[in-house]
Amino acid sequence: MSVQDPHSNDKLRQKFEATVKLFGWCSLILLVLLAIAPAKNFFADWRRYQRGYERLISKRSDAFTLRRHFEPGIQQIWLPEMNVVDRCTTCHSAMKETTLADVSIQPYRPHPPIPHKLEEFGCVMCHRGQGTATSVEDAHKSTLAWEEPLLPAKYLESSCGQCHEQDLKGTPQLNLGRKLLRSYGCVHCHTIKRRDGTVIAATDDPPSLAHIADKTSREWVFAWLKDPQAYSSTSTMPNFKFSDNDARDVSAFLISSSTPASLKIVQASLDTAKKVGADAELQTEASSLYGESFCASCHAVQNAAGNLVGGNVGPELTKVGSKVKPEWLQAWVRNPHDYDLETAMPHYRFNDQEVGELTGFLLAKTDSDLLANVHLDPATPEQIEHGKRLVNDYGCASCHEINGIKRPENFAPELTKIGSKPVNQLAFAPGVPHTLYDYIGAKIKQPRAFGASLKMPQFTFTTAQIDALANELLSHNERALAIPANKTVPAPMPSHYEPAGKAGQLITDLNCFSCHAINGRGGDMAPDLTWEGSSVQRDWLVQFFRNPNTLRPALIRRMPKFNLTDAEINTLTDYILAVYQSPKVDRDSMPLGGYPTAQVELGRQLYYSKYGCQSCHIIDTKQDKGYIGPSLTHVGSRLTAAWVYNWLKDPAALRSGTQEPKRNMSDDDAHALTAFLMSQKGSEKQEAKKR
Amino acid sequence: MNRTVLEMVVNFGGAALKRCDHGENRDWALAPGVTLLASAVLLMFSLGCSNNVAANYSLPKPTAYGAAIVESSGGKQVAEVGTPLPQPIVVQVNDEQSNGVAGALVTLRGPNGVYIEPAAGLTDSSGQFTSNISLGTIPGRYQLTATTTTKAGKPVDLKIEAIALGYQEQVGSQLNDQYCARCHNQESTPERVSNYDNLEVKPHPFTEGDTLNKMTDADLVAIISHGGPALNKSPLMSPYGYTLSKSEIQALIAYIRMVSDPPYSAPGIVYAQK
Repeated sequence: MSVQDPHSNDKLRQKFEATVKLFGWCSLILLVLLAIAPAKNFFADWRRYQRGYERLISKRSDAFTLRRHFEPGIQQIWLPEMNVVDRCTTCHSAMKETTLADVSIQPYRPHPPIPHKLEEFGCVMCHRGQGTATSVEDAHKSTLAWEEPLLPAKYLESSCGQCHEQDLKGTPQLNLGRKLLRSYGCVHCHTIKRRDGTVIAATDDPPSLAHIADKTSREWVFAWLKDPQAYSSTSTMPNFKFSDNDARDVSAFLISSSTPASLKIVQASLDTAKKVGADAELQTEASSLYGESFCASCHAVQNAAGNLVGGNVGPELTKVGSKVKPEWLQAWVRNPHDYDLETAMPHYRFNDQEVGELTGFLLAKTDSDLLANVHLDPATPEQIEHGKRLVNDYGCASCHEINGIKRPENFAPELTKIGSKPVNQLAFAPGVPHTLYDYIGAKIKQPRAFGASLKMPQFTFTTAQIDALANELLSHNERALAIPANKTVPAPMPSHYEPAGKAGQLITDLNCFSCHAINGRGGDMAPDLTWEGSSVQRDWLVQFFRNPNTLRPALIRRMPKFNLTDAEINTLTDYILAVYQSPKVDRDSMPLGGYPTAQVELGRQLYYSKYGCQSCHIIDTKQDKGYIGPSLTHVGSRLTAAWVYNWLKDPAALRSGTQEPKRNMSDDDAHALTAFLMSQKGSEKQEAKKR
Repeated sequence: MNRTVLEMVVNFGGAALKRCDHGENRDWALAPGVTLLASAVLLMFSLGCSNNVAANYSLPKPTAYGAAIVESSGGKQVAEVGTPLPQPIVVQVNDEQSNGVAGALVTLRGPNGVYIEPAAGLTDSSGQFTSNISLGTIPGRYQLTATTTTKAGKPVDLKIEAIALGYQEQVGSQLNDQYCARCHNQESTPERVSNYDNLEVKPHPFTEGDTLNKMTDADLVAIISHGGPALNKSPLMSPYGYTLSKSEIQALIAYIRMVSDPPYSAPGIVYAQK
């Protein structure tokens, strides 16, 4: 054994030790590195929340049941056809535990009751956010990799709108948004397609400007363009923020492009109208004619206190005298269809005197301030040319018919997928938080804040209306378009019902559909008339057309008197009784010879004691006070027995949405009540005495 | 505390690693160093500033002080969760003689999730302070506190309540409008005249907690489904069991429970005694 050099041995050892040390360090670092992954897993948010949940339920009285329901580990709801992969229930463990309803700390709050099952729709369908994430930040917030944050509660109803295209009871915000989108005419410029490819249609009816010079002055058009709400606070026309010069030129073009309408001008009416201002007696007459014709059912007028009184079907009339020309107004009051075939205003059969009175009465409603500062010099050809360019640029013809301008197609960006537009494709105005819903809200609130050159006009929406509109817009997104058809509830098909023949012409002329619905078409201000023929007796209907008295004492809006001729009334009555018949109501099933007194008496007892009908209806005007349903004092001469009987059996089957509850009455009870009600004939003399 | 810091450290380490993976030209071995360094920094940071979170808003300086604070309008409003109350809340600061004090400082506070705009400010010339409120995302009662300070520096509080409706209560509220409110709500408007005064036997308004809270859910289901006679009450209350679905009746009850005053508290689970 040779003796080795102690130095070289030391060196070797040192080298060896250095290597070992290096190896040791490397291993240590590797170990630490390796430990990171399991440690990260061990300290993951969801484990902490699950431990917290176990602690929470251990203190509850039903801990055993809760623990049995609880499944530890990552949970997932996978719905391939809906494109849902949700792991939210990993931390939100108590989603279905109704006994934890008092817990308000997240993530342990159970889901409030809704009509849908978690396993059927998952979470992100409604709440958005990232379903696959297992950390709090990734799942809820907008991060670099994922820009779809949770929807705040006020926009949650938009998610209902992804599948439900009809209005729902539980979604007032969405319903309002849908209504606004259509009634403010957003969809005139922005196309929004539904799942089935149909386009959402506007419900407003912007007036045609083809004959505008006949209707109003250039000065009024100028003032209107500058600030529509200064003329009428309820106007849905937005403010385009025109400069004085631009408004001057647009008004010049609109007036110059106008062609004369064929208006029937009656000098006698114009003369009467002129007299109304000076003649107090004529004024009272005109005012009561305005009241009797129930103009206020559709038109509002500002009262002395500054409150609007009246309906919102037609335009506000507070300052109408500063707007329209007398010749136009008298022609319009005589027959609005002469000027506008599509108008919702009925053709009242006023005589020339009445036309004159109403014209004078309305012309007196002026506002001297409105046009006080408007002085326009005659338009030059350059101004008119510039006006035309502006009308084209701002897409005026998207809403209004204008001579010489074609309606532009897709004037503004299509909004079919606005609810899923990536945030990185949006240009935000300064100060707007970088989320889609904040963008939509801010854009509606003040479009020009996003750039002074933008064309979108300024609307007058309240904050609540903007939120509602944002709800509706968010519901139009890619996810909604991809939802399988069997999961969606399409909107009811729009009805294109047209009544036929001579009566059909009358119904169109009187615009019955403005207030009444028949076969799914028409307004909801007045009763649905789909089964009216089964419901009423002929004599009553004739009388009602002659003099429509309301059946409901507490109602402000009433059926106007149209001054129909006897022939017209006969045509309408015959048609209604022949055509608007319900297959459920069989007139022949009722006894022909009337009802025995005993049955009538039984009915009276049932009416007052068992069924308590007097809580809503009036039969005896002295003791009954019910104000909700129609008065029944004359019901025996108004309704048919078959209708009354079937109505008592199931009111909603004859008129859906009625307030009257179904009572599940026995046939005997229903017959007895019918007998009692049909005995309430009333008498004209008594009624006359009361008046 | 220690655990959260540790988690943050670990999480951050993970994040750093991930970031290194993504960076193309970086050496992955840097990760542990970065992790360690970051951990140390984070540790110190989190220990150092754990108590500095409370934000300091700059409040306007009051020019006057009141003695009392009262509600002018806007209390007890009902709105859907997350949406603004229909009317703003208006409070008034008064002096000893109950006259409005202008320029007094009012602050409004509410539970988490309530959005108050503005949350603090000076009263106007009539001594009033107006604020718009959006309720949080959890259905239930929200108590808001309006505070002003007296000259002596003593805070005076006013509690204001608002109610947020969840989905179910919202459906109930719509049903209430359609079927119940005409009789059960005394408030009469020209658009909708109340029938309350016309009834011989007066219905209970849904806010009348003293009576309605004593009724169990089963009682309410019975009287709504089968009418007054089901509980030996007046037949003027009609049965709605064939008009409303079961879930609609549940929604209506949820609404009634939500708006009752004093508040309703559920009885909880009752187990059979041994």
